Amino acid sequence: MLSGWLQIALTLLIVGAIAPFLGRYMARAFQGPDWLPERWLYRQIRHRTDEPMTGGQYLRAVLASNLAIGLVGLGAFWLQDRLPLNPTGLGAPNWDLAVHTIASFLTNTDQQHYSGETAITYGSQVGILGYLLFFSAATGLAVGIAFIRGLSGQPLGNFYRDLTRSITRVLLPLSLPIALLLLLNGVPETLAGPAIASTLEGATQAIARGPVAHFEAIKQLGENGGGFFAINSAHPFENPNNFTNSLEIVAMLAIPTSLIFTYGEISQNRRQAWWLFGLVGSIFLGLVALSAIAEWQGNPTLAPGPNLEGKEQRFGWAQTALWAVTTTATMCGAVNGMHDSLMPGSGLATLLGLFLQMVWGGQGTGTAYLYVFLILTVFLTGLMVGRTPEFLGRKIEKREIILASAILLVHPVFVLIPGAIALAFPEQLAGISNPGFHGVSQVIYEYASAAANNGSGFEGLGDGTLWWNLSATVSMLAGRYLPIAALLLLADGMAQKQPAPATSGTLRTDTFLFTTVTGVTILILGLLTFFPVLALGPIAEGFALR
Amino acid sequence: MDFLREMGRSLRLSAALWLLTAVIYPVILLLAGAALPFQANGSLLTTDQGQVLGSALIGQPFTSDRYFWPRPSAIAYSTDPQVAKTGISGASNLAPSNPALAERIATEKQRLQQTGTQPTGDLLYSSGSGLDPHISPASAIAQLDRVTRARQLAPDQLRSLIDQATDRPFLNLFGEPGVNVLKLNLALDRLNR
Repeated sequence: MLSGWLQIALTLLIVGAIAPFLGRYMARAFQGPDWLPERWLYRQIRHRTDEPMTGGQYLRAVLASNLAIGLVGLGAFWLQDRLPLNPTGLGAPNWDLAVHTIASFLTNTDQQHYSGETAITYGSQVGILGYLLFFSAATGLAVGIAFIRGLSGQPLGNFYRDLTRSITRVLLPLSLPIALLLLLNGVPETLAGPAIASTLEGATQAIARGPVAHFEAIKQLGENGGGFFAINSAHPFENPNNFTNSLEIVAMLAIPTSLIFTYGEISQNRRQAWWLFGLVGSIFLGLVALSAIAEWQGNPTLAPGPNLEGKEQRFGWAQTALWAVTTTATMCGAVNGMHDSLMPGSGLATLLGLFLQMVWGGQGTGTAYLYVFLILTVFLTGLMVGRTPEFLGRKIEKREIILASAILLVHPVFVLIPGAIALAFPEQLAGISNPGFHGVSQVIYEYASAAANNGSGFEGLGDGTLWWNLSATVSMLAGRYLPIAALLLLADGMAQKQPAPATSGTLRTDTFLFTTVTGVTILILGLLTFFPVLALGPIAEGFALR
Repeated sequence: MDFLREMGRSLRLSAALWLLTAVIYPVILLLAGAALPFQANGSLLTTDQGQVLGSALIGQPFTSDRYFWPRPSAIAYSTDPQVAKTGISGASNLAPSNPALAERIATEKQRLQQTGTQPTGDLLYSSGSGLDPHISPASAIAQLDRVTRARQLAPDQLRSLIDQATDRPFLNLFGEPGVNVLKLNLALDRLNR
């Protein structure tokens, strides 16, 4: 018990030690001058990247590039059986699975309705999905940085430059050493097909492998989470030991935790960054504790000790609970144990992470959600004391509140409505595999994971169907691009406002009181909408188990 | 029109970024893999004749009394002839509230008790990957009697083999200790056939 808590605490201490430095590095990386090779690249696309874009232009660049890459990726994926690097002779995917998979990797969701071993060629893994891992993470990071700039009163910047720098200065330089460390610990990197072994008892075992190490590093670091193999980071070839497990957990947390400090640097408001880090950190700790206690208590009616169904022996209850909460809080979506078999307390903790979307949150967008909550808190507290609400000296007006509310409404609309439709047709559509209250959780989790661009799932769900592929695609696309549009417009509007000088009447946002009120606002606004389904799903299941 | 031009521009930029992330980056790792052939190819264990026995990182099914048994697997450790071409991984995905899980565990418990093996948690619960190479040290000790009887070896001899096959937590803190079942059984075979 004690050692479990100690390892969780130490992992989080490491993250806390890295975040301020990486945050400062990213601020410099995005605000500094171009490197020579980057300048050469911009000349090739004949684009003046030193001209900042307006919110509308930035948004158009995001949408155009994502559409273009998505279409090319879809075409190539469809032809995967005719493209090189297909040692197991896999065929082309169904059209609906192809659309779902490309939308999934393009939106940084990485929800997978297939098994990597039996559906995706090495060529697609490396050339299509492998690029989307970088591209989707870089898109999110670029939007996050543009949002921070706008909030701080600076021009939003240039999308193509931010996209390039996300890859050349953050994602690739960090992925490379992580991938090498993974390889050193036994994560394969080979183009050879599966190995066929004759076991000691004479059975024939097919051992899937492939170019995994490089894929695995960016999958974790970019909050993508789409595994090379069906069973993701529970597979010994994706996550062979506890060094790689800790490395992958830190990689998941590195960028979203650091972005809070990047905000502190760019807006020159380091004090507030520390307060926010503390706020998000304490919500995160609460969720980890909820899950860890549930897994440690286990299911005494079934077997002695902690719950180990769907868990790997080498990770045990503590590392699996820590990972489960981390992956849902950061919108990574990789798993090192099966979430469908988690105890109801962990189901609750993981769903809470998916609903809140800002407990670290997705690459770039999570930090932006945090500031949306901050803006709403400024508005609410301003109303309480009868003062004009201001954030960083800029007035919060009708337009800001409309955009902020729209961002918060996208999520419930694209989780609860399709969830209700699926649950209304349990036989035809839902594909529920676990009876009772857990079935409700399975359906809601799938849509929450899609709309939050997380990608993990209660994998017992029969989700390889036309209905699931298409309805989850709608939730993923809406959950990605609608908030991005609103965030960029919001940031653009804030950047254009004249800052008012701070007076003794200004509401300070870098205080303990304000941070606490923000925390309460987050819990009320973020969770109340979802409380009924939580009560019907994990909470009811928890009571039923007693 | 502007939107189309924008798409063209982003494709040109992406061509360069694709080269960097989907060609150069994997090739660097493949080259590093060529320098570390054991890890890069899946940590394969072979006989003296070069026949592949399995992987040091992947579990195998064992049912004979002469071997230590691994954890239950939802996919029979990827040994089903149906999957012989690609290999698979997978879990039961049964919820804690699912009666099917209670039933499966009760059956497993009975089977273990019939062989005189104290049922431990990790021998009852099936693993996440279906390929888990480890059991807990307690589960290995629980099987000690059965294997000593079948092999007519001294328990102390087996205890030291279990100890040698145990992978410790990272820095003796992160994660749980695990006994690598394939390595342990290989060591048994080397001792007496």
